[in-house]
Amino acid sequence: MAYTASPPLDATTAATEWKPPDRGTVGIASFIVAETALFAIFVAAYLFYLGKSLNGPYPRDVLTVPVTATICLLSSSGTIVMAERALQRHQTGPFRLWWMLTTALAAIFLVMTGMEWWKLIRHDHLTVSTNCFGSTYYGLVGLHASHVIVGLFFLTLVLLVSFRGFPITTQERRIKLLSWYWHFVDAVWVVVFTVVYVIGR
Amino acid sequence: MASVSHHLDVPESQPESSLSGNMYRWVSTVDHKRLGLLYAMAALLFFVIGGTQATLMRMQLAVPNNHLISPAMYNRLFTMHGTTMVFLVGMPLLAGFANYLVPLMIGARDMAFPRLNAFGFWVFLFGGLLLYYSYIGGGALYGSGSAPDVGWFANAPLTENAFSRGTSTDYWSLGILVSGLGSVASAINVIATVFSMRCPGMTLARMPIFVWLMLVDSWMILIALPPLSAAQIMLTLDRHVGARFFDTQAGGSALLWQHFFWIFGHPEVYILIFPAFGTVSEVIPVFSRKPIFGRQAVVAAAVAIGFISTSVWAHHMFAVGLSSVTNTFFAASTLLIAIPTGIKVFNWIATMYGGKLRFEVPMLFCCAFLFQFVVAGLTGVMLGVAPFNFQLHDSYFVVGHFHFTLVGGFIFGMFAGIYYWFPKATGRMLGQQAGRWHFWLFCIGFNLTFLPMHVMGFLGMPRRIYTYAPGRGWEVWNMMASIGVAFQIVGLLFFFYNVIRSLRSGPLAGDDPWDAWTLEWSTTSPPPEYNFETIPVVRSSRPLWDLKHPNDPDWRYG
Amino acid sequence: MAPAILSLLQIGLLQAALLQGTAAKSGERRITNIFEPFATPAAAERDIGLFVMLITAAIFVAVCALLISTMIRFRRKPEDDERQEPPQVYGSNQIEIAWTFIPLLIIFVLIGVTARVIAVVQGANPGPAPVRARIIGHQWWFEVQFPELGVATANEIHVPVAGSSGPATMFQLESVDVIHSFWVPQLAGKLDMVPNRANTLWIDPTEPGTYLGNCAEYCGTQHANMLLRVTVEPKDEFLAWAAAQKASINVNTQDVEGRQVFESLSCVNCHAVRGTPANGKFGPDLTHVGSRQTIASGMIPNTPQNLRAWVNDAQEMKPGVLMPNMKLTKQELDSVVSYLVSLK
Repeated sequence: MAYTASPPLDATTAATEWKPPDRGTVGIASFIVAETALFAIFVAAYLFYLGKSLNGPYPRDVLTVPVTATICLLSSSGTIVMAERALQRHQTGPFRLWWMLTTALAAIFLVMTGMEWWKLIRHDHLTVSTNCFGSTYYGLVGLHASHVIVGLFFLTLVLLVSFRGFPITTQERRIKLLSWYWHFVDAVWVVVFTVVYVIGR
Repeated sequence: MASVSHHLDVPESQPESSLSGNMYRWVSTVDHKRLGLLYAMAALLFFVIGGTQATLMRMQLAVPNNHLISPAMYNRLFTMHGTTMVFLVGMPLLAGFANYLVPLMIGARDMAFPRLNAFGFWVFLFGGLLLYYSYIGGGALYGSGSAPDVGWFANAPLTENAFSRGTSTDYWSLGILVSGLGSVASAINVIATVFSMRCPGMTLARMPIFVWLMLVDSWMILIALPPLSAAQIMLTLDRHVGARFFDTQAGGSALLWQHFFWIFGHPEVYILIFPAFGTVSEVIPVFSRKPIFGRQAVVAAAVAIGFISTSVWAHHMFAVGLSSVTNTFFAASTLLIAIPTGIKVFNWIATMYGGKLRFEVPMLFCCAFLFQFVVAGLTGVMLGVAPFNFQLHDSYFVVGHFHFTLVGGFIFGMFAGIYYWFPKATGRMLGQQAGRWHFWLFCIGFNLTFLPMHVMGFLGMPRRIYTYAPGRGWEVWNMMASIGVAFQIVGLLFFFYNVIRSLRSGPLAGDDPWDAWTLEWSTTSPPPEYNFETIPVVRSSRPLWDLKHPNDPDWRYG
Repeated sequence: MAPAILSLLQIGLLQAALLQGTAAKSGERRITNIFEPFATPAAAERDIGLFVMLITAAIFVAVCALLISTMIRFRRKPEDDERQEPPQVYGSNQIEIAWTFIPLLIIFVLIGVTARVIAVVQGANPGPAPVRARIIGHQWWFEVQFPELGVATANEIHVPVAGSSGPATMFQLESVDVIHSFWVPQLAGKLDMVPNRANTLWIDPTEPGTYLGNCAEYCGTQHANMLLRVTVEPKDEFLAWAAAQKASINVNTQDVEGRQVFESLSCVNCHAVRGTPANGKFGPDLTHVGSRQTIASGMIPNTPQNLRAWVNDAQEMKPGVLMPNMKLTKQELDSVVSYLVSLK
């Protein structure tokens, strides 16, 4: 190895050369791996029960493709990147603007999911106990929606503290971790969308 | 313990020696060493409870047609025994060893997320207590006070409302869901610690094997535990809001549960054995006075096991009637996993070969581990051969097999670790004499209990039966197994006696009683709260060897 | 390896026990040794079992010899210099490659053999015109039907001797509640009975006799006492049995008084006696209960005393069983038991 010939490494040179990865980044990446495994099982259950419901309503009868909600959620990944860039340049104003937009898009997505559920329950009489489709649909979409709710909570929290004058530019690292989580929620939606509204119908 | 005045987590106002002050320091601690010890103590407590349950079961099965224990109670016993031993003994022992040792071994002052660490422990403990609260609060068909009786695998649809009324199954499902949260939190913490907290020079290639195995282990936990959580969420939805995931009477599938459960369940057994692998990989070199043979091969084998373990789960389902193609695939993957496991065993033996073996108590446990784990691995190969499995599945052969892995492997490995690292954690040595008594009695008792179970399986005795009729050739083996328990209990009494006596008056250990080579032995015993006065700098995988042999350091050889 | 050694050890014990068991009840094989098969699936499983045990035993002996000799040869001796460390060997790629590839070869052989035997056990053709039976798992008994022969019974399956003198028997395994498993060790390895699913298993037993089995998947409180027995008999005896089991009872020649008491009680909600108004489906069909060897799903011999105790309070004999204590008066009990005994 290279060290055989080189002079012994002393503590001072080591401290400058030794740069292990940020623990927050590793932590959030590990968390995302675990979450992926969680979603994978719900996706597997959904796919497994496709076409196996003993009674209706069936997916093709009641599901409509949530185009607007999807556009909102996916574009919120873009706006959060813009917010992060603003933060890197220490521009609090644009950061708040982009962050507000992200939060609003997330909220719109959640409201539209709620409206979809309202329609399914009230109009189509599809509940979690109607059939296997109902169970797996509400299970999978509900698990995703619960992640959006958690994300929305943290997005709002950041928004509030930044408007109350907290020096948000010092929190670049934590904002980055939150945005990773948010990108993950979006990515999961791409899978959920494909499975539920494309393959599933 | 030395007072550390500059540390913020210990309020100055608390008097040093008062009981409440001590309690407060333990409960509010975020120190990885204290949390590690808390994990280990909780695990030992649950180990005694789970062992008592096992003892009751062996008393019931000692003779045919025994009426000591009612069938309902027996079913609760084996459910709680399995659940306790896996989730409340195995997982916290693993977390305890990882917590205590990983930062010390990589030259860090704490884990990456100390508060998350404390959260993980208390959540785990809450989950365990929730499960045990079922004995008081779990309503069932015949009234209240009923522990779950669905088996630790909780097969659907036995767990559905139609067949498991009351709330006992919910205690199983929610208790384990909650404690699983703690396990995932602690796994994330270990991974972040290993990647981000290593001291200068501690490259991944130089990390102690134990740390490597805990890293791979934590990865497996991340991938394997969430599927169980997902299945338990589905089960809870089934039971409480009328969902149909596993409701066979409404088109749900009974086999889907088994797939989900074993997607968790099989990696889980590797998750449990890895801390033992890690311990053995640390202890054998020190007591052979040689470095581990084939470091890279040992690590690579662990990574390979991690990968393959995610695709062997259906070997628990050979008997459910899967297609012959599926059965062949899972038989093949199961047999393949024997290769990296075998590589590890060969490397351990090669480490001993040519050494100067010191058979002190930790090494004795390691040697027994090797013999017993070889038996477990080979009976695993027998079980992996699907057609033979059609006979052996769910028979006592399987009970014998996995107790050889989890007791003969995991528990023996953990005892090796306890005898090895106890001096580091407490500053005092465990008694050699009592340790030998513990070892021999436990070893004899273990083999007497679990070897006959293989034969019972050959003779067609199914698992999870609370009684059996005489004249089927099972009596003598069952009696042997039950007698073995007595030896194990006496052995464990020696262990507890040894621990208590050593804590009070054991000989002082000093920093490095075993003349070992990894970083935890470079600090005091017990280590101060900040672990190392100055952060060490390492240049090889055996930094203390380099220190002790300046003329022949390891880093010369890469 | 150790289990293999033990299995050798057991042979002597087994033979003694086997003789004893056979003497106790002629034709009933009480020792269900999986290495003593009497049908093709169990024989195929025994063969591959012995093969893999031979290989694992060889590996076990080799590894143990290496380990023990290492432990003895390299133990620290009193004359050793404390401070002198042994040569530090870090590893060897050649050796690593060797002990990766040799086991890999063994494993490939095992995988090949396994794949072949899986095909034999799971895919093989049971031969022309097998006898077909449906076995349906209940908590905690086996419902037995031979649809083509009109037979409905419980827990005791009769099948003809296969081979040149008779056809194989094909079981369709189902469950009405939770997962059970069908296991008669000397005839075939186990196969689960899964709700919403039909698994098939065939046997071609060659030796007359009664073979014992158990439910092999935990299925609730009385899993331990969910037993079954397969009686293998010559084809003509089997056909005679099937004809007798098929017949409805003759209402007039039976114990009329007992029948009336039986039908006046809630027994009929769960039990059927063909040819009478009793047509419950929840419990075992009792049309020919008097002809069975055991009651309580194989738990106890079918004697009038046992039957009486069972009807009086099934919970006492088999706690948790789904048959309630009917709280019959002594007279009702007498009548019902004498009626059941008469249902040959």
